[in-house]
Amino acid sequence: MPVRVTTSSLVLLAALLALAIYALARGQIALPFLEAIKALFGAESEGLSGQIVREIRLPRVLAAVLAGSALGVGGVLMQALFRNPVADGWSLGLLAGGQLGVALTVTAAAFAGPAAVSFLTLFAGPSITLAAAAGVALAAAAMLALGRRLSAITLLVVGLMMGFTAQGLTSVLLHFAARAGGRVYGGWSDASFAGVQPESLPWLAVPIVAGMVLAVATAKPLSSLLLGENYAQSLGVRVGALRRLALTATVMLVAPVVAFCGPVSFIGLIVPHLARALAGSARILPLLPIAALGGALLALAGDAIVHAPWEQHFLHLNAILAIVGAPAVILLLVFSPALRGWR
Amino acid sequence: MLALEDLSAGYHNARGVVLRDVRLEVQAGAFVCILGRNGAGKSTLMRTIAGLQAALGGAARLQGEAINQMRPAVRARRVAVVLTERPASPGLRVDDVVALGRQPFTGWDGRMAPEDERIVEEALARAGASGFRGRYFDHLSDGERQRVMIARAIAQTPRLMVLDEITAFLDLPGRVEVMSLLRRHAHESGTVVLLSSHDLDLSLQLADSVWLLDGGGDLKVGPPGELTRAGHIGAAFDTAEITFAPELGRFQLRR
Repeated sequence: MPVRVTTSSLVLLAALLALAIYALARGQIALPFLEAIKALFGAESEGLSGQIVREIRLPRVLAAVLAGSALGVGGVLMQALFRNPVADGWSLGLLAGGQLGVALTVTAAAFAGPAAVSFLTLFAGPSITLAAAAGVALAAAAMLALGRRLSAITLLVVGLMMGFTAQGLTSVLLHFAARAGGRVYGGWSDASFAGVQPESLPWLAVPIVAGMVLAVATAKPLSSLLLGENYAQSLGVRVGALRRLALTATVMLVAPVVAFCGPVSFIGLIVPHLARALAGSARILPLLPIAALGGALLALAGDAIVHAPWEQHFLHLNAILAIVGAPAVILLLVFSPALRGWR
Repeated sequence: MLALEDLSAGYHNARGVVLRDVRLEVQAGAFVCILGRNGAGKSTLMRTIAGLQAALGGAARLQGEAINQMRPAVRARRVAVVLTERPASPGLRVDDVVALGRQPFTGWDGRMAPEDERIVEEALARAGASGFRGRYFDHLSDGERQRVMIARAIAQTPRLMVLDEITAFLDLPGRVEVMSLLRRHAHESGTVVLLSSHDLDLSLQLADSVWLLDGGGDLKVGPPGELTRAGHIGAAFDTAEITFAPELGRFQLRR
């Protein structure tokens, strides 16, 4: 690894650890940092502070770190796969596709009867992840097919519109499902890491870690795709197989995030650009650790702002991410030579 | 070195067979220019030879081995291409692009050995692109980009380099420089260099051998002087408006 990559990764890791300790200690009830760390490792297994840290704050922090790193790495994969610097799970409608997948499954169960509903409730973790994965995969395949025909910017607009369509359908479907079969699944009012239950964490972690492994494995051939399909082919890459692998990795990274945290916006879009700037290179492999750590840091920072001890709970995660992310995208669209003269 | 054995190139669609049963041999270190009008099948032939497109019949053999039957990883070590398309990618630096030429030789993580670094440096120097190191690929001019793409192809240490109309965006001095550097590279390294071009006069002056596509599915091969004297150039390019004057080596308007 080049020095810049190692240095950036270490700095990001240190910042992430510091922020995690802050997030575990502070909130509506403030604990001394040392006490929070002790409670984390079970030194004070009894008592209120242990409960707050381990049962309330830790799952949220872990969810934010996992989801943020998944979205960051997923964004790197998608931008290489689509050869599009504004591609990510959120902007191209993959997250919304995953929501629609979950909504369709829940609705089908609600109309099928109580047996189906109780089955779905019993296996909520795997079934919701799988439903989201199916939706994400379908949306991704559709966007890949369109991506061959559309310019980068047109694809972005189409992706956002597909996302709005899917989210509209999702909210209508969940409404009818709730009336027909009771509340199986509340749906997502907004993106949040707070709703992840401790027992759901493995369903979030396992696919994401597997997706990361697959991302590392495809990193080298994906780098050559930066020059386009013909050059990748001439460099010995089997482009069809590579596309399928990278797409699978993306689905494994993005689907659990949709299923448990909702449509977390902008992280996957802006973190890859940050990673390229820090690494001083666009080759995929050096970007992955930076994107994973940077995504986790951004997600955790957004979450920390949402859960700071405000007078009342009024902030939404996506509002914070939009305030940071949307201007970054605007700057990108205006100043990136690659986007101005794309294809 | 390179042998085309009854190679037929074209498509399984309305365009059909573009070239039929081409038979020829090229010696190591030859700088070959491929000439022909638009649509004569230059790109089709080049893509077929490079293995980017399936042949309709026959084979292109490099040192006896059929190129389109090599495993992709093996082919990538022997055949390099430079295309007309202008790849763009944010954050991609000149060093990244040229280093991609070493990808067929590195392990799973693409880590470059000191030997790879040395080859990249030499390739950059040979293509006259050393000064662009550290710059963003997107920020380069057309001519600079082509030099970097040529450096990438040289870094691939191929035995066959296939370059498809890469001089199209360059001005005259740029075209001369690029073509001379390719000719020099072919002669010095023993690589077979195939370059398709619209630059008739430059190609006739610089090429060791010319492949002339007449647009009717036929291919004439020979040293430039021979093809000119035999009147083949005129037969391929003359229109109602212009005619090739062999004695001047250029086109004239018909009166």
